[in-house]
Amino acid sequence: MASSPAPISDAVAPLYGLLLAGGRSTRMGRDKAALSYGGDTPQLERAMTLLAGHVVRAYISVRPEQAADPLRARFPQILDTHDNVGPIAGLLAAQTAHPEAAWLVLACDLPLLDARTLAHLLRARDPQRMATAYRSSHDALPEPLCAIYEPASRKALAAHLASGQHCPRKFLASTDTLLIEQPAPGALDNINTPKEYGAVAERLTRPTTDAQRHITVQYYAVLREQAGVREESLVSAARTPGELYAELSRRHPFTLAPEVLRVAINNEFREWTTPLAEGDAVVFIPPVAGG
Amino acid sequence: MSTFRFTRTAIETRALAAALANPACGGYACFEGWVRDTNDGQRVRQLEYEAFEALAVREGERIVAEAMSRFGVAHAACVHRLGDLAVGELAVWVGVSAPHRAEAFGACRYIIDEVKHRLPIWKKEHYLNGDSGWVNCERCAPGASAAHAHRHP
Repeated sequence: MASSPAPISDAVAPLYGLLLAGGRSTRMGRDKAALSYGGDTPQLERAMTLLAGHVVRAYISVRPEQAADPLRARFPQILDTHDNVGPIAGLLAAQTAHPEAAWLVLACDLPLLDARTLAHLLRARDPQRMATAYRSSHDALPEPLCAIYEPASRKALAAHLASGQHCPRKFLASTDTLLIEQPAPGALDNINTPKEYGAVAERLTRPTTDAQRHITVQYYAVLREQAGVREESLVSAARTPGELYAELSRRHPFTLAPEVLRVAINNEFREWTTPLAEGDAVVFIPPVAGG
Repeated sequence: MSTFRFTRTAIETRALAAALANPACGGYACFEGWVRDTNDGQRVRQLEYEAFEALAVREGERIVAEAMSRFGVAHAACVHRLGDLAVGELAVWVGVSAPHRAEAFGACRYIIDEVKHRLPIWKKEHYLNGDSGWVNCERCAPGASAAHAHRHP
């Protein structure tokens, strides 16, 4: 550690992602991480792709005996160090492994979760609080499994566990948590039983009538000022970022030509011709001026 | 440990430099970028930095890793300010420690050059005359090339 930069208290902690894939799927009767909705992609892979698009680094949280499972072995893992305490075990192990990071924690049984809901949480994040979380659209309590836990929450979480409490909702309700409203109620509905799985899988498999996609666009700097918003969600028939920028330029007084911009999709640089996919988060990057 | 970070308050260089100290290293090079009072002939009053943080942190870590492998140094880091900065304030810090000075200087230069060209960070200048503008962005409109006095990376 002596050769690494010391954490500086005023810095905003980098955001890492933790996908909880250590559950026992007792009520489902089969592994929830391996279920697929509307295609062949296992839910674990779908959720990891979504999560990785919003964080610096993404891991899955697993119990040690699950580490070699072929589906789980494909992703960077953090192994639980406490047994039988549920999701808190995964978060504590992650905070212990990377105490300098803030953690965006996601359950892996949220098939309706979309990029917009994640992007909205990140925008609302207050790094000065212990955590940032959504208020449940069902009972108004904190949703602990699509929430950001700052590094400062680590001690309090360990104390919560040491006092014999394992419930992450009670933890968030008892600590300094920023609670926000969901932009798309229902996006955090989790799937626990074969009946719930059947209903959601049927809904997500239904063919869409045309080639439109839900896209989130985030704006920075001069584009943010010209768009008048930091972010917007839209349903668009644009097939590429190039077509999307042309469409948005008809609605916003953008002065920058696409030739001077770069494109990022799900937090990685991409080409203007990269095909857009359902749920993509797109950023158009004006000429940079760091340093 | 993250080798690239953003901060919204003053960068404490002494602690950052101390964290790079290592018995195997006889050389330490750093670069400090300060807010200047003029740019393109305009008198600057204040600056505002904004970043696309999720991508910038990843790309910043990649840049530091590239410098470390290219110059064979084991200890390097970079911190960039965000938010409002006054003239004279430290906007960016790069530090490298290495067995000898040549690789420390080389890696430090590489990191700051790449940071300036590759990271999605933007700078809005507020001028003494009341105007303001996003650096490199205000004259990129189609047809504005006559007034286009700067190069894009």
